[in-house]
Amino acid sequence: MAKDALLDYDTAIKLYEPVIGFEVHVELNTRTKMFCGCANAFGQGANTNTCPTCLGLPGGLPQVNGKAIESAIRLGLALGCEIAENCRFARKNYFYPDLAKNFQTSQYDEPIAHDGAVVVELESGREIEILIERAHMEEDAGKLTHVGGATGRIQGADHSLVDFNRGGVPLIEIVTRIIDGAEADAPEVGRAYVGAVRDLVKALGISNARMEEGNVRCDANVSLRPRGSGTLGTRTETKNVNSLRSIERAVRYEIQRQAAVLESGGTITQETRHWHEDSGTTSPGRPKSDADDYRYFPEPDLVPVAPSREWVAELAGTLPELPASRRKRLRAAWGFTALEFQDVVNGDLLDAVEATVAAGAAPADARKWWTGELTRIANVQGVEASELVTPGQVAEVAALVASGDLTDRLARQVLEGVIAGEGSPAEVIERRGLRVVSDDGALIAAIDQALAAQPDVLAKIRDGKVQAAGAVIGAVMRAMGGSADAARVRELILERAG
Amino acid sequence: MGDLTRLSAAALAAALAAREVSAVEAVQAHLDRIAAVDGDVHAFLHVASDAALAAAAGIDAQRAGGEPLGPLAGVPIAIKDVLCTYDMPSTAGSRILEGWIPPYDATVVAKLRAAGLIPLGKTNMDEFAMGSSTEHSAYGPTHNPWDLARTPGGSGGGSAAALASFQAPLALGSDTGGSIRQPASVTGTVGVKPTYGAVSRYGAIALASSLDQVGPVTRTMLDAGLLHDVIGGHDPLDSTSLAESWPSMADAARRGAEGGILSGLKVGVVREIAGTGAGFQAGVRTLFEQSIGILAANGAEIIEVSAPSFEYAVAAYYLILPAEASSNLARMDSVRFGLRVQPSDGPMTVERAMSATRGAGFGAEVKRRIILGTYALSAGYYDAYYGSAQKVRTLIQRDFAAAFGVVDVLLSPSSPTTAFQLGSLVDDPLAMYLNDITTIPANLAGIPGASIPIGLAPEDGLPVGLQLLAPARADARLYEVGAAIETLLEDRWGGPLLAQAPALNTAKEA
Amino acid sequence: MSEINADLVRHLAGLARIDLSDAEVASLTSELAVIVDSVAKVVEVATPDVPATSHPLPLLNVFRDDEVRPSLTVEQALSGAPARDGDRFTVAAILDEEV
Repeated sequence: MAKDALLDYDTAIKLYEPVIGFEVHVELNTRTKMFCGCANAFGQGANTNTCPTCLGLPGGLPQVNGKAIESAIRLGLALGCEIAENCRFARKNYFYPDLAKNFQTSQYDEPIAHDGAVVVELESGREIEILIERAHMEEDAGKLTHVGGATGRIQGADHSLVDFNRGGVPLIEIVTRIIDGAEADAPEVGRAYVGAVRDLVKALGISNARMEEGNVRCDANVSLRPRGSGTLGTRTETKNVNSLRSIERAVRYEIQRQAAVLESGGTITQETRHWHEDSGTTSPGRPKSDADDYRYFPEPDLVPVAPSREWVAELAGTLPELPASRRKRLRAAWGFTALEFQDVVNGDLLDAVEATVAAGAAPADARKWWTGELTRIANVQGVEASELVTPGQVAEVAALVASGDLTDRLARQVLEGVIAGEGSPAEVIERRGLRVVSDDGALIAAIDQALAAQPDVLAKIRDGKVQAAGAVIGAVMRAMGGSADAARVRELILERAG
Repeated sequence: MGDLTRLSAAALAAALAAREVSAVEAVQAHLDRIAAVDGDVHAFLHVASDAALAAAAGIDAQRAGGEPLGPLAGVPIAIKDVLCTYDMPSTAGSRILEGWIPPYDATVVAKLRAAGLIPLGKTNMDEFAMGSSTEHSAYGPTHNPWDLARTPGGSGGGSAAALASFQAPLALGSDTGGSIRQPASVTGTVGVKPTYGAVSRYGAIALASSLDQVGPVTRTMLDAGLLHDVIGGHDPLDSTSLAESWPSMADAARRGAEGGILSGLKVGVVREIAGTGAGFQAGVRTLFEQSIGILAANGAEIIEVSAPSFEYAVAAYYLILPAEASSNLARMDSVRFGLRVQPSDGPMTVERAMSATRGAGFGAEVKRRIILGTYALSAGYYDAYYGSAQKVRTLIQRDFAAAFGVVDVLLSPSSPTTAFQLGSLVDDPLAMYLNDITTIPANLAGIPGASIPIGLAPEDGLPVGLQLLAPARADARLYEVGAAIETLLEDRWGGPLLAQAPALNTAKEA
Repeated sequence: MSEINADLVRHLAGLARIDLSDAEVASLTSELAVIVDSVAKVVEVATPDVPATSHPLPLLNVFRDDEVRPSLTVEQALSGAPARDGDRFTVAAILDEEV
């Protein structure tokens, strides 16, 4: 594959205004598929969840999953959309071996939700409103596995295998309007927007929202408008960019690639492109000869969907607090700086911190443990921090530190023990004997010994130079093997010296 | 008991219930008849002799054990090959599905089996129900038992011919633009297209989803009513299935046969399809007018009504049907079932295999309609063609609504002509299409329609059918009125019209 | 007059994935021209004030409960497969090797 020329990003932005747009597919977590009663399940044996309908056998007919309609309406409401009073399914006709019926049952000119908006916040604190054109219901295709050839990719494959378990799984496709004005932030806007959608569907409980399992998939449209020009450039659509980081990288890559093409006097081809996670590049997709003519028409095997206003109002009442307003509320309640709060959000630790605070920890302590030590261990182990310990355990440890029963160092050991499966914090403390020595008798003996060994320090303290006590604190802490409360040691030193 | 194959389904069912005959005997009699005459008629694509006898033995055992059985238990039935059957090939008359045995039963087939009916086999049809002659079957044409040189109509010519040649007492058909009614008309049998949504389409290989309807193919209105009662009703697997409960159609037929219901009945004759236009055979017109006369003589009030939009019905139909069919048949792609043909040269890709398979597996008429439908749905043409055709549909519904505001039922000839010669229209698709003028409006509007025999055309001695149409959901009215007319006519004839059919040569294979 | 010509027929056959011989293209071109001319009359009465009817009997909001129904067995699902590899359907390569 020929390597694309790239223009330096800052130069690209100086010369061109990036115009972006996104199509996000959300896979719903309904029990059954969109149009049949087969289980909507991930990771089962090939073709175990199929029936005449989702296998596209002659005679198969669709039946709409009411729960999926409900999910679509709730998502539409959460996106600030209007919910159609009357809408229909339509057939999108094209041949592909993973598409059992060789048409996708989707929605065309009558989506269930339209005209909404989402506000996303960038790390800089800048807020951008993303306008939503539509959200519509459709079904997923089956899964192709390419066999032969070196890479398992479609290119060079000898033949392909098809599993239709995923065929007919309910999807909601959310389409933004054109986003201009993002400027140099365009890549970050992409990441923030898709992250916001992911958080939204998770909060609504309508999707498992795991991008790594393809529950949330993004197609990114990018075009460049020469500065001072009123006309939009030709866009490319980069398909299936499936992590937040990749969205940022893919948008950035396309801006740099397109700028280089334009600067060298070339033209952009309107095409779909594939994102390659490993190389961080995009490449042209297969030319879809049918793409210009999907021959949409109303699905004659299904009847129109006309959600009553009463039903829509009832569903509006089921919406949870939405992620953006929740974040605003929590940040204010916890008193974090923007940077501190962003740390929590970026680490996907909002739930963990909130639960830890609810269990009695101070917000600052909860943040410190989750974004610090626990994130560090999680990174080492390659797991999510929230899988290591429970918020209750973190709150328990934080309380022991606050009460002086544990030092930070001991607390880290306690957490290590909990993670290693040695039991609750209390049990780890008991078994490892980690409690801070609060028996003043033992401390006083060690202090007296240390003061006696450093008479010059004792003299300084007596002269009022209390900061000299630091030297003695260190010696005492070493003598106690770390299991002493430094503040108490300091108090006692001043007492004994005085 | 005489020849069991000559009994109506109702009479055979009564004999079975009275244990005068066994189901095995009934099935065997029909299998023998099939063996004797189907070499000439070619109504069947598949005969399930062993399975039918086994199922019949099961019914006999249940009856002997005193188990409660449905009214048609033990009665054999032929099934149009458009319906999926888990134990018989289901090809819809197409090479592309040759030998395909579905892993499931269509809802109507499951209902048949549950009611104790015995599937005899699968009947021939125009490929994917595209045609009016059964000549477009990939497996050779079916011959009309009245004259083997003529077609039995289509697309359900196999089911109608099986009934007309006494190879089965009952059959299932499907009607998208007349495929039940027109074959009934030209074979002297009875066929009913129920209200759209009255009978499940799940497991019926779709031609045009918004037009298709499964229905009974029989020799009497009572038999049709009995079968309708078995197959009708709501099916959650068909989203267009109507949820309401239905009256017994068999009871409606019995009521009609008792007489009296014609008195004061308002009968509409639709001027545009009343037999006076070009293309209507003289004998068809004569017999239609005779029937109207009989109705009037029995107290019916005859009212002429007009349906000006019918002029556009065939055009709308031949846009909507190909459009929906082009999409419905896209699944015939060589991936999950059916024929696979590799391209003869060039790169071996799945796309080329699909095109080669569809090129080899579809017949000329299917290709013609898929290409036409693809065109009608294409960007830039949709509004003019498919969109306009859907508007014509509205106009036709309005015409029917206006007519049914004045009359109880509408009557017309079922088909403009009697059975035509094999091969006479096969190369003139447009002429074949225009032949559907009488039956198509009911499908566009979703209303029920029936065809019953009303005599033999003087000029060729071939059967002529009368079409009855009723408002949507008023299927029972068809059975009442149809049975009433049937009774009057059979009284005049001194028996069923089919008794006048020429005997078939049974010497060869019997 | 319709604008059906051989190139359009070939294009439509491509969209519909049907290999046609030259003879088939020729006969379809002439047949379709006649048919299209005949069916095009629908535009005469399809005025803007007439609503389209896509379903013969108007129904609304037909939904299924989100409850799992038994699927086919894997053997049933693959019973008609022209080619299979284990529990999956086998198809030829999607792209030809030139890419």
